Amino acid sequence: MGRLNEHPAIKKAISLVMTYAIVQLLISANIISDYLQVTLSTICINIILAVSLNLITGITGQFSLGHAGFMSIGAYVCALIVLRMPTLPGFLLGVFAGAAAAALVGCVVGLPTLRLRGDYLAIATLGMAEIIRVVFLNLKITNGAAGLSGIPKFVNWFWLFVFTAGTILAISNFIRSSHGRACISVREDEIAADAMGINTTKYKVMAFTFGAFCAGIAGALYASSFYFIEPSLFGFMKSIDVLVIVVLGGLGSISGSVLATVLLAVISTLLQSFPEIRMVLYAVLLIIIMLFRPQGLMGSKEISLNVFSKLGDLFAARKRRG
Amino acid sequence: MATLKIEKLSKSFGGLMAVSNVSMSLEPGELVGLIGPNGAGKTTVFNLLTGIYVPTSGTITLYRDGKEIKLQGQKPYSICKNGVARTFQNIRLFKDLTVIDNVRIAMHKNVGYGFLTSIFHLPPYQKEEKVLTEKCMELLKIFKLDHKKDEYARNLPYGEQRHLEIARALATDPMLLLLDEPAAGMNPAETSQLTELICWIREKFNLTVLLIEHDMSLVMKICERIYVLDYGMVIAEGTPDEIRSNKRVIEAYLGEAVNDV
Amino acid sequence: MERLLQQLINGISLGSIYALIALGYTMVYGIIKLINFAHCDVYMIGAYVGYFCMSYFRLGLLPSLLIAMVVCMLLGVAIEKIAYKPLRNAARITVLITAIGVSLFLEYGTMFFVRAETRTYPPLTGWLAMTFKSGNLVISMQQIVIVGITIILMVLLQFIVKRTKTGKAMRAVSLDQDAAELMGINVDTTISFTFALGSALAGAAGVLVGIYYNSINPLMGMAPGIKAFIAAVFGGIGIIPGAMIGGYFIGMVEVFVSGYGNSMFRDAVVYAILILILIVKPAGLLGKNVREKV
Repeated sequence: MGRLNEHPAIKKAISLVMTYAIVQLLISANIISDYLQVTLSTICINIILAVSLNLITGITGQFSLGHAGFMSIGAYVCALIVLRMPTLPGFLLGVFAGAAAAALVGCVVGLPTLRLRGDYLAIATLGMAEIIRVVFLNLKITNGAAGLSGIPKFVNWFWLFVFTAGTILAISNFIRSSHGRACISVREDEIAADAMGINTTKYKVMAFTFGAFCAGIAGALYASSFYFIEPSLFGFMKSIDVLVIVVLGGLGSISGSVLATVLLAVISTLLQSFPEIRMVLYAVLLIIIMLFRPQGLMGSKEISLNVFSKLGDLFAARKRRG
Repeated sequence: MATLKIEKLSKSFGGLMAVSNVSMSLEPGELVGLIGPNGAGKTTVFNLLTGIYVPTSGTITLYRDGKEIKLQGQKPYSICKNGVARTFQNIRLFKDLTVIDNVRIAMHKNVGYGFLTSIFHLPPYQKEEKVLTEKCMELLKIFKLDHKKDEYARNLPYGEQRHLEIARALATDPMLLLLDEPAAGMNPAETSQLTELICWIREKFNLTVLLIEHDMSLVMKICERIYVLDYGMVIAEGTPDEIRSNKRVIEAYLGEAVNDV
Repeated sequence: MERLLQQLINGISLGSIYALIALGYTMVYGIIKLINFAHCDVYMIGAYVGYFCMSYFRLGLLPSLLIAMVVCMLLGVAIEKIAYKPLRNAARITVLITAIGVSLFLEYGTMFFVRAETRTYPPLTGWLAMTFKSGNLVISMQQIVIVGITIILMVLLQFIVKRTKTGKAMRAVSLDQDAAELMGINVDTTISFTFALGSALAGAAGVLVGIYYNSINPLMGMAPGIKAFIAAVFGGIGIIPGAMIGGYFIGMVEVFVSGYGNSMFRDAVVYAILILILIVKPAGLLGKNVREKV
């Protein structure tokens, strides 16, 4: 156990593989039923959305209310491709094309609007998402309000795991790099960051584009998991849903976003027979968190993977004494 | 050959002329003071130098490696990349970040690895981060902040926060350092410590320093030359002794003499 | 030509509604720099109060209007005291999220109590149901009432803001809260008063929409809300005449795009105006850019 401590990357890899294997086992043994698999898919997709929104809003401090817009771009592009190429390569192409399209829109929208301050930016992103929704509602190729149905399902636990774990890792790695730190400095004090040689606009756009890319992946996964998409699925309410998760988990905490996603999925499932009560509860939850614990569950701290190594040390110590 | 030449710099806000026809020049390695009563426009000059404001007229030229670089109209981050660093009158540290992160961020512009490397934490990332941390620790040691590297910046005592701001500015590897009231709020012992520190870093890092300060003990002690600003205009320039006895300067600070009756 | 005039009349009516709602947004933003997401739901509550007054209690237009305005006034003040006041010194994003929470609470709370289906206002009778025709041009009494009531309310608002002490206090607090407090102005009361005024106007708008479009539902606030907000931003957020101008402008744009273009793209055009304004002149038509002091 001691030698393992010197290779954090190996420890990480082992815990990842184990997580994947355990859940896969549960699915194969039918302990995780089809119904629960739907919940699992929703959780994974929401984790990707939450973590990417956290990058934009929690880490870089840019308040975005239009995250669902990027998700819808990913969903529609992927759906259109997979419907024409119903194969695994077609699906993968769909995912990357969807993500790239979302990223492109993110970049194009971001460049002019990211100069705006907090509330103005929020409204601009809201407007952008609404424009996207209206466009999809009116294009012939997207079938307007009727949406696209019969989308071949390629998403299984493997792909969910790959993309979810991949997004979490990519974003946490980014945050702990110099580029990530530059984004954090933009959040902390833009004027000081500028004076220290950081091109704040570049980093705002970078975070926005990267976040949009991941949201596009989430949208593509959604399309190929649930057979059917239509514009109203990706409206303001969806953006709010993701925002609630991020705020509950803690703006700036990736592990917080993951935790909050799971928590809210559980609450959602428990309350699913009472949709209005669920929304009222959501609303009250939002207000109470903001009034009494605005930093959310984790603040801007992370659950460190040191937990595993500490457990390892504990076992090692007991073994020595024993 | 000067390091910095400011020629006929002016800035107006609406109808108000905050800075009016200011001309200054700094030689390499000089330690120059910029003084004047409150509201004279000193910080505005700094803000113009660092690109936070765009001048209404006039030019700012930096001379680096034999090249002339026009600074006016450039964005703050590109001015910083050209070698101009500053501290702020009201401390602008990244308060929710650790001491070492504050300094690490300032070194960002010299970091070599790109976006993809940062996502996958490829070997260049590992290597550069190590070097970065070492460089930051060296800098922090100078300011006696190395043992507090993981402390949040907001938890530092005031004097150490001011030191951290200077350390952070130095981390950008500047050739010209602008210090905006570095001794504000310090007691005499701290001020004298700071005075020595400024001289020391000027030598060690080969800097040209322009300093705004109200504390005359500091100014008179270390500044080789002083510019005096009042109502946005330069009213005097010279050595500390010359300034001390300059009538206009005295009037600016103390008001005009009352006629004996 | 007649078509143009008809569009103009429709545009003015719609614009009046947007102006009334926009005023609430702009006053609240002006005084505490908050985008009050819950404002459009106060408008919705006003519509429901008016509905219950006119349907169940068989009250006339004017009493229903006044009752709705009073209820909304109280609601607005309550929201401010419970949800926004404790966060006056918090980060902007925190208050914004709270406002979103209040908005959701009002929407789904209403849905829970009165169910989501649309309700219809009782048809107007007597002189209120008159219409004036001239060739193909139709002006309904309702439209005249809407425009008339809006003008009265806006004149009243201008009077309060420009000529009363409380109005002066409102202007002072929106310029510099701390200085106003030091001058002896009761900031809490002034802010509550601002919310009261804005909410009353929204309540009035709700009732007027009820009699004009007839159908109401718990989510009716969202679309007019965002458009009224865009109107406020267009005219210059925080500036009262700006909200009035913006409201009529957006109303006109909507009617003309619907009438001459594609009604599907009507909403998109309004959002596009928002993005354009934010890029070109975020301070709005009548606004001034304020720089942060470094």
